[in-house]
Amino acid sequence: MDSFIVISLIKVLVVFAVLMTTLAYLQWVERKVIAHIQVRPGPYRVGPHGLLQPLADVIKLITKEDLLPSYVNKPLYLMAPFISVSMALLSISVIPFGPTIQVGPYRTWMQLTDLNIGVIFILAVSSLGVYGIALAGWASNNKYALLGGLRSSAQMISYELPLSLAVAGPLLLSNTLSLRELVGTQAGGFWHWNVLRGPFPQIFSFLIFLIAAFAETNRVPFDLPEAENELVAGFHTEYSSMKFASFFMAEYANMITVSCMATLLFLGGWNAPWPAEYGSSLVPVFLFAIAGVIALYHGMNAARKRDKYTFPAFGVIFLIIAGVFLLPFVQSWLMPLFWFCAKTGTILFAFMWIRGTLPRFRYDQLMGFTWKFLFPVAMLNLLVTGFLVAWF
Amino acid sequence: MDVILFLIFAIIAVVCAINVVVQTHPISSAISLVGVMGSLAVLYLLLGAEFIAAAQVIVYAGAVMVLFVFVIMLLNAGAEVRKGRSLMVQLLGVPLLIVFLGLTAYFVRRLFPGDVTVHFGGFTGGTAQAIGRALFTTYLLPFEITSILILIAIVGAIVLARKELD
Repeated sequence: MDSFIVISLIKVLVVFAVLMTTLAYLQWVERKVIAHIQVRPGPYRVGPHGLLQPLADVIKLITKEDLLPSYVNKPLYLMAPFISVSMALLSISVIPFGPTIQVGPYRTWMQLTDLNIGVIFILAVSSLGVYGIALAGWASNNKYALLGGLRSSAQMISYELPLSLAVAGPLLLSNTLSLRELVGTQAGGFWHWNVLRGPFPQIFSFLIFLIAAFAETNRVPFDLPEAENELVAGFHTEYSSMKFASFFMAEYANMITVSCMATLLFLGGWNAPWPAEYGSSLVPVFLFAIAGVIALYHGMNAARKRDKYTFPAFGVIFLIIAGVFLLPFVQSWLMPLFWFCAKTGTILFAFMWIRGTLPRFRYDQLMGFTWKFLFPVAMLNLLVTGFLVAWF
Repeated sequence: MDVILFLIFAIIAVVCAINVVVQTHPISSAISLVGVMGSLAVLYLLLGAEFIAAAQVIVYAGAVMVLFVFVIMLLNAGAEVRKGRSLMVQLLGVPLLIVFLGLTAYFVRRLFPGDVTVHFGGFTGGTAQAIGRALFTTYLLPFEITSILILIAIVGAIVLARKELD
């Protein structure tokens, strides 16, 4: 019992630290990705390749003056960012990142807690996250913020329907609500993943899930709640300093959660795309080795003076990581973790890619799209899946 | 542990419920109601009905109350002005409350005689599978009738909305 508490505490600390770092650096990655899509260098000044930019941002946000406008509804104004960020972080607690890990005599799952209604828990918590945005918009006592809050609550209620219907498809195939078991039913190769598995591959519900997830997280092309060229900054217009940062954190944490959900529900979680005996465990070694060699090569032919040191340093780090993946005693937990992060990261990259590519929807298009197209298609997909699962 | 958690969340539920009535601003009342729904969900969870608890949060706290808040925000309803209480309320309020509580206690005693106590964790039929099986076998008819009722409500809402557009 005591060891359980200690292990749980350690796991909470590790997950929290990793999540916070990921949140900070996800923003750096996003700025870099969008910058390169738009053919500009992006953050470059703070640290090598702007790598210390997140740290600078955090310091800036903490030390900024925390304004409390005199005309706001104080209790709700203070509560809104808190609700937003706590609901966003809460859903991470049921996400499994990999199978069991052995530390000394203790064996534990790479998951904070496993609920037998894990999927529904995440839906429930994310449905409560709307309050943060809606209340922020209302309590600010500002017309732009109010419009942003209204838009976001309407949008999130509307897109929650196709999202839930899309989630139901893979659940029918896997026949469980526990995220851990959900991954267990998809083991053995990419043809067993719910997105490709018979009797009815869930490609449509995967796409519906992704589209609805973009809307739920208020990302481009569905970022109407914070459309900066019509609503200043939308629901967080009146927020500054750490309160603004918590909305930002909540948005990125929600992005991570939905990406993890898509990975777990449709892409087989931490399972490798093909069995290890056909060499799937060599993929990360190759990837990191190639990255290391490329970095070393660019270090040799440095275009700038500083690159002579930074590129070889990164190259050596990548080669060391490639070597670590070859060690047999870490492979049992590092491999699943790699595949989980790779799949989640790919979906996160898609988030950024689309932000750099697509323009924003018009509001009537946004609503028409979900009610007249997405919802019926999700319904039809669920019906067909249900019939086929009942048949076979 | 279960009893302590029960007490905490029962008190939160009651305080929030009183707050719904006491608050003058509709938004504050609505948020208190969300608190009631949330603590009720925790009570369900303590009793072993995890699916009902999650459904309570999704449906009531997550969907119904968000719509409430949305409508309040859309209508821009302001704080209510507290008017003087009517004579009827002043005279009959407290006695009626006592009568109501007494009746409730009486019926609880009559319907559940003897030492029926609730054991936390003693109920195991709260999983999603058990609920689904119960809904689609024992309670199939009420379930289908309810869904038809909701369908009628949706059709009615569409008809009403249509009329206004013309």
